[in-house]
Amino acid sequence: MALSSSPDLASNALVNTFFDGDLIARTFPRLITEGLLNTVVIASGAIVVGVLIALLAAMLLLSDRWWIRLPARLYVDVFRGLPVIITVMLVGVGLPAAGIRPFGTDPFGYAILAIGIISGAYTAEIFRSGIQSVDPGQLQAARSLGLSYLKAMRLVVVPQGIRRVLPAMAGQFVKDIKESSLVYLLGLAAGQRELYFIAQEEVARTYNSSPLIAAGLCYLSLTIPMTYLVNRLDRRLREGPHRRAPASVEPDLPQPPVPSTAGEPR
Amino acid sequence: MSAAPQAPTAAALRVTALSKSYGGNTVLRDITIDIRRGETLCLIGPSGSGKSTLLKCLNLLEAPDSGEIWLGETCLTAPRADVDAARARIGMVFQHFNLFPHLSVERNVTLALTSVKGMGREQARQTALRRLDAVGLAGFADRRPAQLSGGQQQRVAIARALAMEPEVMLFDEATSALDPELVKDVLAVMRDLASGGMTMAVVTHEMGFAREAADRVAFMCDGHLAEIDTPDRIFESADHPRLRQFLSQVL
Repeated sequence: MALSSSPDLASNALVNTFFDGDLIARTFPRLITEGLLNTVVIASGAIVVGVLIALLAAMLLLSDRWWIRLPARLYVDVFRGLPVIITVMLVGVGLPAAGIRPFGTDPFGYAILAIGIISGAYTAEIFRSGIQSVDPGQLQAARSLGLSYLKAMRLVVVPQGIRRVLPAMAGQFVKDIKESSLVYLLGLAAGQRELYFIAQEEVARTYNSSPLIAAGLCYLSLTIPMTYLVNRLDRRLREGPHRRAPASVEPDLPQPPVPSTAGEPR
Repeated sequence: MSAAPQAPTAAALRVTALSKSYGGNTVLRDITIDIRRGETLCLIGPSGSGKSTLLKCLNLLEAPDSGEIWLGETCLTAPRADVDAARARIGMVFQHFNLFPHLSVERNVTLALTSVKGMGREQARQTALRRLDAVGLAGFADRRPAQLSGGQQQRVAIARALAMEPEVMLFDEATSALDPELVKDVLAVMRDLASGGMTMAVVTHEMGFAREAADRVAFMCDGHLAEIDTPDRIFESADHPRLRQFLSQVL
């Protein structure tokens, strides 16, 4: 029939499927009031768990003795090598089924643990490489002053090592935020829904993908500022503290960030 | 304790029959030497002769394979020796300064005071400012090490070591990494220390310093302690062929 109008229809369908303004506007309030907070809770919990595990695992990886390195090496290789979805299912469905229920029936706890375990495996290698890049003379100098090995590591070596890998850590934190969406697999009650879950419910109800775009924007509103913040902190630490810096020194536009995937094996 | 060897007397640091090797490569052979209280002992010798390794064995940054090290009445090489406590009594200054770049100059000096000696933050700060003042750097307390010249960094490193009030100071080629015009400030600080009665073991290539400031000079080659004598005898009437060869190359 009206052959000439079919490209218009097609492009309308495209726009309506992904960019239905009304639907996006209707989804946003729930994304922001409920989803954003829950995503932040899961992601930041996973980041904290991941960093703590990573600090321990990195110290073990740096040991001179193979039998101390071995468990950390196995942990890193296994959880970097497994698909994220398998780890999340094993922890979130497997553990409770086996009667191990440290978090009762709350999926948040299991999600934080699972994503934290995966994040820790990547972050351990990031920390290890950072700590190893610190001049051995730093440890020698600290020990020569009478500091014990652990104090020397904690006060002198580790702080320097971590500063060097901040951009790589920003990349890992971005991954943690994104992977927090996998809590979806564990089932969520009302009030617990995070960004992806809310969007997915809307998509199922309306058969329109625009809510996913809305949720995507919410994720970007977390991940992009975080990358810039970490890179700014990185620059600040590199250049030392700005004391009495004039207020006009800050540029209006942020500088392009250091590639944040530097520490990720691909 | 009954089997403990005799404690030394006048020596601040006593080394007996010390040996050290890396794999099949022996770097220290049967070194026996006393560092007397208040003396400045300079260690000279060709590179690879073992001087720096010997110095790092003295505070166990390198673990000797055999032999004994006594710090006053304390045997550092005993199986259950408190090595950390012993290191707190021995100051060390490194070729590349090894200041902690993430900490301010003041915190570099106070770190061990607060976390090893348990000194309060304010008292540690006063101690640090006094020690920095003594090396001419009182105004630099809030700077980062990277904002200082090499000579200034090395003087901070000396202040950091001295703040612990060590019984012995070890200098490992403390001026080798410095530009020539910065060497003299560091040497001046070391000279003051030596004339102030500090017990010092100094690995150095500065023959002028060894000649003027040392009470004794030890010449090492191939992991042996080949000669040890007053600077006059070492520099003016050396009869050891390797020492004469070495001196002809560096003087």
